[in-house]
Amino acid sequence: MTSVERFDERARLKAERVGRDVVHRGELLRHPVYTRVLHWLVAIAFVLSLLSGFALYSPWLFRFLTPVFGGGPMARFLHPWFGLFFDIFFLFQFLNWLTPMLWAETDTRWLKRIKQYTTNEDKIEPAEVGFFNGGQKLYFWAIVLSGVLFLLTGLLMWFDHLVGRWVIAVSYVIHDLAALLMLAGFIVHIYEGTAAMPGTFHAMTNGTVTERWAWTHHPAWYRVVTDRDPREAYERERRRQAERERAIEDLKREQDAREGARESLPDDRAL
Amino acid sequence: MGEMNNHISLLWSFGSFGFSISINISPLRGCDRDTLSEAGMSNPRTFQIQEISAHPGPVPGQGTRREEEVCKYIDVTTCIGCKACEVACVEWNDHPFRETTFDDTYQTMPSTKWNYWNLIKFAEDERNGNLMWLMRKDQCMHCEDPGCLRACPADGAIIKYENGIVDFQQENCIGCGYCISGCPFDIPKFNEKTKKVYKCTLCSDRVGQGLEPACIKACPTGCLHFGTKSDMVQIAGLRAKQLREVSGFANAGVYDPSSIKGTHVIYTLHDIDTPERYGLPRNPVIPPSYTYWKWLAKPTGLLLAGLGLLAVFFHRVSVGPKLPQPEDPPVITEYPDQIRAKRKEQP
Repeated sequence: MTSVERFDERARLKAERVGRDVVHRGELLRHPVYTRVLHWLVAIAFVLSLLSGFALYSPWLFRFLTPVFGGGPMARFLHPWFGLFFDIFFLFQFLNWLTPMLWAETDTRWLKRIKQYTTNEDKIEPAEVGFFNGGQKLYFWAIVLSGVLFLLTGLLMWFDHLVGRWVIAVSYVIHDLAALLMLAGFIVHIYEGTAAMPGTFHAMTNGTVTERWAWTHHPAWYRVVTDRDPREAYERERRRQAERERAIEDLKREQDAREGARESLPDDRAL
Repeated sequence: MGEMNNHISLLWSFGSFGFSISINISPLRGCDRDTLSEAGMSNPRTFQIQEISAHPGPVPGQGTRREEEVCKYIDVTTCIGCKACEVACVEWNDHPFRETTFDDTYQTMPSTKWNYWNLIKFAEDERNGNLMWLMRKDQCMHCEDPGCLRACPADGAIIKYENGIVDFQQENCIGCGYCISGCPFDIPKFNEKTKKVYKCTLCSDRVGQGLEPACIKACPTGCLHFGTKSDMVQIAGLRAKQLREVSGFANAGVYDPSSIKGTHVIYTLHDIDTPERYGLPRNPVIPPSYTYWKWLAKPTGLLLAGLGLLAVFFHRVSVGPKLPQPEDPPVITEYPDQIRAKRKEQP
């Protein structure tokens, strides 16, 4: 165990002691406090890096984005620091998530049916999809790759007096490519985490998801944490829902009948 | 002429029909150089006489053209390495004399610095088994296609005038140092204290007042010349011809590299085939990062990012969200056929 991992573990334990997870009935704990805090630290550092970086990325963005950071020189001064913090925070998230993010056979199969996934053809994910699906793992490894490229090329451009002009010129392009890769993943990530999959954002704020969410999007994980079959759980829920609907219909019909009977009675006051 | 103003200038000209108002909104706010307002105010052609009343014969000076591109011409073959130009540069630009590094040569310091823009480079070479001392005045070349300007991400930090002078505007510089890697001649220098980059201005302040650059003024041998680009190219060519035909330098030629569309500082060299001997790049180039990548690939990347945003938005609108299953039945107060029936009632 490296010293960084030891530190990571200590930080995790401390975060768990300080933070609180409230799990209601019908919910599952998906992300503990440590993961959530790390996620948002990485997210804040990333958004700041992205905005300050895009201020310098293109002449068409310079005038829009530099004022956000107090002008061009300030944006240029802050950007490497934002980036450095992004990389440091992400290192901990990397250690935290390395095991569940390891690529498996099932992820390759998941990627092959990406079309069915994006068109919502399958309402429920295949039973083999675990804690993270192939897409999430792909994004994770894209961040790892970009993070390394950002750091290497960023340091070269930060300490540009130590290297030749062609090294800077090449770093400049690689830094941009890494940023565009990250931006593409980021757009999809935010969309999938909010509007595309209701209930997902809750996992990063309160840490919990509903059981329904779990067996729909990550059935294999549902099986691990509940020791129940996700498909059966879903079918049972469906039957319950149908029964509930039937009961409501019966109740309504009963009420309608009662109201109908009352209306047909002669109105005393009219006489 | 009326009051000069950086933003709006009124231009009266009685000679032509009525008056004209020219509004000159300068992108370089806070820059109060006469050369700038001059460029907007009095175009050299504005007061050139076009017609004269009751004047027999042609209008004097009709059809004259004023050449605007300036150029510094350095004849390295007549440089004696006196460094008067270095001193003049330091004096005119009010730079304190800085610390130097002695490296067993006659050179004042190994390379130009942020506050030392003009440096004679001494190269010890060989010709016919004898020592040949090559002295070249090193400074900004004022490229026609400036790599520093192409690389700069800060709006208004580097400008190029119509006369070819490339000038840094430190108030807009953000100190990223991209210009340093964009320059094929290693000219822009970073100041750690101010976090800005500086270089030779070709004395744009002097040139704007009709004076030659300070280095030219100081040169005792006349190896430095200043004038229009075409004049300087002509003189340099004549000198190169003389060197070839009279002085026995068969390869003498003019250094005005076409890979950056020429420069506004040109040299005659004893041997044009090996400019490396003078510390000049044979084929100076701007890295493609600051040309094709910056002005072609980057906007494409932005466009793709914008399309990506639109794509996820319309995915939400058309395909809709992935809801946890089983979905709760939507709360319907009225059925579609009822709604349609209502619409028919109220056209």
